[in-house]
Amino acid sequence: MTLDAFLFQALNGLSTASGLFFIAAGLSLIFGVTRIVNIAHGSLYMLGTYIAYTLATKIGGAFGFWGGIVLTALFVGVIGAAIEMLLLRRIYRAPELFQLLATFALVLIFNDMTLWLWGPEDLLGPRAPGLAGAVEIFGRRLPSYDLFLIFVAPAVLILLHFALAKSRFGRLVRAATQDREMVGALGVNQAVLFTSVFALGSLLAGLGGALQVAREPANLAMDLAVIGDAFVVVVVGGMGSITGAYLAAIIIAEVKALCIAIGVVDLGFIKFNASKFTLVAEFIVMAIVLIVRPYGLLGKPQGNVRSVAEPEAPIRPAAPLLKAFAAVVLALLLALPVVAQSSPYVMVLATDILIAVIFATSLHFIMGPGGMHSFGHAAYFGLGAYGAALLLKSAGFPMLAALLAAPAVALLGALLFGWFAVGLSGVYLAMLTLAFAQIVWAAVFQWETFTGGSNGVIGVWPTAPFNKAWVYYLLALALAVISVLLLRRFLFAPFGYAMRAGRDSALRAEAIGIDVKRIHWLGFAIAGGICGIAGGLFAFAKGSISPEAIAVGRSIDGLVMVLLGGIQTLVGPMVGASVFAMLQDTIMRQTEYWRGLLGCVILFLVLAFPQGIAGAFSMLWSRFDGKRGGRA
Amino acid sequence: MKAKQYLTSLAFVLAAGLSFPAAAQDTIKIGELNSYKSQPAFLDPYKKGMELALEEVNAKGINGKKIELIIRDDGGNPGEAVRVAEELVTREGVAMIAGTFLSHIGLAVTNFAGQKKVFFLAAEPLTDKITWESGNKYTYRLRATTYMQTAMLMPAAIAAKKKRWALVYPNFEYGQSAAENFKAMLKKVQPDVEFVTEQAPPLGKVDAGAVAQAVDDAKPEASFDVLCRPDLAKFVREGNTRGVFKDRTVVSLLSGEPEYLDPLGAEAPVGWIVTGYPWDKIKTPEHDAFLSAYQKKFNDYPRLGSIVGYSTVKSIAAGLAKTKGLDADSLVEAFKDLKVDSPFGPFMYRASDHQATMGAYVGKIALEKGKGTMDDIKYVDGASVLPGDAEVAKLRPASAN
Amino acid sequence: MSVLTVNSLGKSFGGVRAVENVSFEIGKGEFLALIGPNGAGKSTTFNMINGQLAADTGEILIGGKSIAGMAPRDIWRLGVGRTFQVAATFGSMTVVENVQMALISHASRLLNLWRPAASLYRERALELLAQVGMQDAADRPSRELAYGDVKRIELAIALANDPQLLLMDEPTAGMAPRERNDLIKLVKQLVIERGISVLFTEHSMDVVFSYADRIIVLARGRLIADGDAAAIRDNAKVREVYFGTGKTFQGASS
Repeated sequence: MTLDAFLFQALNGLSTASGLFFIAAGLSLIFGVTRIVNIAHGSLYMLGTYIAYTLATKIGGAFGFWGGIVLTALFVGVIGAAIEMLLLRRIYRAPELFQLLATFALVLIFNDMTLWLWGPEDLLGPRAPGLAGAVEIFGRRLPSYDLFLIFVAPAVLILLHFALAKSRFGRLVRAATQDREMVGALGVNQAVLFTSVFALGSLLAGLGGALQVAREPANLAMDLAVIGDAFVVVVVGGMGSITGAYLAAIIIAEVKALCIAIGVVDLGFIKFNASKFTLVAEFIVMAIVLIVRPYGLLGKPQGNVRSVAEPEAPIRPAAPLLKAFAAVVLALLLALPVVAQSSPYVMVLATDILIAVIFATSLHFIMGPGGMHSFGHAAYFGLGAYGAALLLKSAGFPMLAALLAAPAVALLGALLFGWFAVGLSGVYLAMLTLAFAQIVWAAVFQWETFTGGSNGVIGVWPTAPFNKAWVYYLLALALAVISVLLLRRFLFAPFGYAMRAGRDSALRAEAIGIDVKRIHWLGFAIAGGICGIAGGLFAFAKGSISPEAIAVGRSIDGLVMVLLGGIQTLVGPMVGASVFAMLQDTIMRQTEYWRGLLGCVILFLVLAFPQGIAGAFSMLWSRFDGKRGGRA
Repeated sequence: MKAKQYLTSLAFVLAAGLSFPAAAQDTIKIGELNSYKSQPAFLDPYKKGMELALEEVNAKGINGKKIELIIRDDGGNPGEAVRVAEELVTREGVAMIAGTFLSHIGLAVTNFAGQKKVFFLAAEPLTDKITWESGNKYTYRLRATTYMQTAMLMPAAIAAKKKRWALVYPNFEYGQSAAENFKAMLKKVQPDVEFVTEQAPPLGKVDAGAVAQAVDDAKPEASFDVLCRPDLAKFVREGNTRGVFKDRTVVSLLSGEPEYLDPLGAEAPVGWIVTGYPWDKIKTPEHDAFLSAYQKKFNDYPRLGSIVGYSTVKSIAAGLAKTKGLDADSLVEAFKDLKVDSPFGPFMYRASDHQATMGAYVGKIALEKGKGTMDDIKYVDGASVLPGDAEVAKLRPASAN
Repeated sequence: MSVLTVNSLGKSFGGVRAVENVSFEIGKGEFLALIGPNGAGKSTTFNMINGQLAADTGEILIGGKSIAGMAPRDIWRLGVGRTFQVAATFGSMTVVENVQMALISHASRLLNLWRPAASLYRERALELLAQVGMQDAADRPSRELAYGDVKRIELAIALANDPQLLLMDEPTAGMAPRERNDLIKLVKQLVIERGISVLFTEHSMDVVFSYADRIIVLARGRLIADGDAAAIRDNAKVREVYFGTGKTFQGASS
């Protein structure tokens, strides 16, 4: 490998960085000002590519391509504004993070809408008129369009920088990024600010997507493929810092280009393929940056965002009436195998729901009372599942022993990752947990000889008597009841109170002798351990386990369950998990457009129950009951 | 509060579980599950192929009965797929299940079928493991495997007489095993072959410019590329612009399939030696009949997925016509050496490893009327590239035979 | 022996000296006010004593023990109670639970995963609430309280670990004049009953001159005066500093 080759690969990295920059810059702006974790940002990017494709091919020529890119950006900006005005504005007063649920629904809807409008085939756009060829640099050919991209990103960066530095709008954006309440206090029309920021951020996503039209085919997997990278870039660069986003995009793209340039390395005693590290390179960069610089490269510590939503009510032990209800439900669940004799699938579905309940309840434990929004809870699910599966297959553990070891494996992982995660807070903590989950995922994916690689481990079946669906269901029920009661017990014990104290006000908690980090660390570990039970149960329920169990999608499912049920109630995660699992089961039977349908249902639930389903019921109940806000 | 919500939830479970769809007596229910949402480009034509075959089969009937296909999305991940499979078996009461696309999902369902003693016909997944290492008694597979497709390309790779090879494959089981197979097979014939670089980009996220450049910098004489879409389109465009494929032999799995080739349009990489499906070039009576029926019904040309979907239903019909009963063991027996007629001509399911011998077309990518197609096409029968019965018996677990 | 000893304390922020060579002591049972115009270094001094900031130079001894390198929670365990300028409680708990939290922490039972916390030290918490006159609100969600009541709850929390020293950062900020007097009267009374020493910063000169046993004055990071109310009132330097900022002692109480 010559120096020329490395330098040239650095140029490739720069052009890739441009693509990353556009989507990340928009996301950073939106998050900085509105604090909304907009998962649908990748969908806007994808729409950008599709729309630009259509304009470039239908209008054709230089105008169709270049004019199409500009038009696309503007149009996607309008879509962004519409999303903010028609949807998000209605739920700003919901508990924190709730807006994530709405944008998750949008991802599903946009994806199916794109499928409906453009069809399933990949659509490769034309080459850029005027920039179809290549230029010679270092004796190699660099596509002229790549060269153009290398320059267009810094140009937009400078433009944005001046716009934000000089204009009143820019000052407001910066002020809001530092301290959102201050802007409200200054008498600024917050609605207009939020709409315009959303429009600008979406415009940038649309522009980024549109510019890709000459480089990659428009396809339906783009939305999720870019969103993860975009978040990484935003966090590495520092929330709200556009320059940081550019810097981060370059670092990540260059690290990847370097891995590719290095290729296969043979050190004699060990041989590895560096190009495989591109799978996880960005997450390793993010983890390192967050551990060393908790606010990203150019980010500043943000003022505490006091939630605009009403704080949560004190927890109260279940009243006798409720306990009786709970007993009845438990009795019914115990009787389910008898009731369901004629339809064994009920056992399968009910087992899945119980697994989801454990997963969501353990996530809620740290998300709600702990205030730690883990975006990587799937890591502990996966560790539990793989722990059980590998102990069974490789170490010859009997089934029950492997199942019992699952939480121990997950606990160890959570102890390790939690130690780093609790050093951060807010979205930085969320992103570090995500990075850890991705690193676990990548390790499992790569370590073929041990974990089975992308195929995973198969043949993880329960032994008698648990090989009968109803017996296994009862085992899952027992573990679910134990898990839920344990977590509940912890929450009512001093530990749970201390965890909430640390969340309500870390400063005050410290001032009465509470070591908030330590408490939250242990809370994180407990949640991870309990989540491992869900993972172990899952592995044996499915007979196999593959890296998908650790993928981002599962972590997001967990967030959706918790938010759907209501983050501020203790039964919320159980209700959310049950409803989500059943919705998926019911709706997935529609092979056509089930995602869009699921998205619409979630959107409806979001608008109908801004406190989550259980949250809404609990509010109704307390009004009906005349009691003051006690929530079981 | 808690209890109330739970009662409602419970009512849901019960209602969902107890509502049986009424089954007609004169139909045989077949469950089909696939990643329709995550792989629409392949599975949309696949589904159309199934529909066409179903229409033809049911027009005649199988011993007086009709097939009812119950199609489900498998959620694109193994966990969901296993649940859906259970749902099909336990709630819908299907006689057998078929389908799946990605290897790991296919494997998970294969394993499920073995454990629960359910007959499973894996339609699309390519991994060798389904019929070999992880094979079982209850699972058969239709499509030509990674091993077979690689073997089909070997004569051309060997004939190229190149010493320096580069490999580009997705960091995923399919790509990895294709690369391993290719290296092993080539090394056996050409011991002095040198593999100068290996690029394994993440599936669906290839950094095309950098990868193309890295291949070029390694100065190979030839390369073996197994990228999936949309990675392939990105890679080809970058490679063309950068002149990476110039004067180099490229051997590539699957790239001749319309699903891969069509999005490339006029940029189809002419001269690549590929396996694929040149629907416009095949002139056999079987294929002509299939093609005209397909075009008549859908006003569109078939993709390889259409062939697979069509042949899946045809295989099921053939199996059902032969079987003594609808229980899994009878179906397993019926599929042994089962002969099926497909648009690619007749093939059979080998009793030894449960693999179908349906082959694939090998040829060179060509450009006609601004669109990619294949030239010098040749049908390679799957049976000709599969190891013999004694050899595969060693590859399969003892319990699978 | 003095409860708190501050010796030549210094702190700079990016080259700006916020606090320079400040020394003072608090004796047992003493009610000491720390005053000074805005930017005088009051908060910085305060935050070094409560452990939120590390001092650049000098030392702080509490009960004869140096607190260098100690976190706020460790200083609390030395018997230092604390209230905040902007009062707040643990919003998701009831009033009595807020106090119980401090009692549980004081008893080092935070890691208990089993005993229901609601029944732990409830009696003691109710007693403390009674002392600040909030026993009737014990089971109300603390987020519903009026600001003046929140201040009282904070006081009850601060008293939970039987402190030797109470640090109060502007205890009456944001309160109506009448409430102010009530609160300070309450503090003074508790201090006398329990023999606690208090260090407080305060903007309201009424409060300071009516209640403080002794007053120390900071200006531009330096200690410029130390004495009783009469001495401070007559101190020329103090008058200069305060009149310089356009404030008079009389006007400052509004």
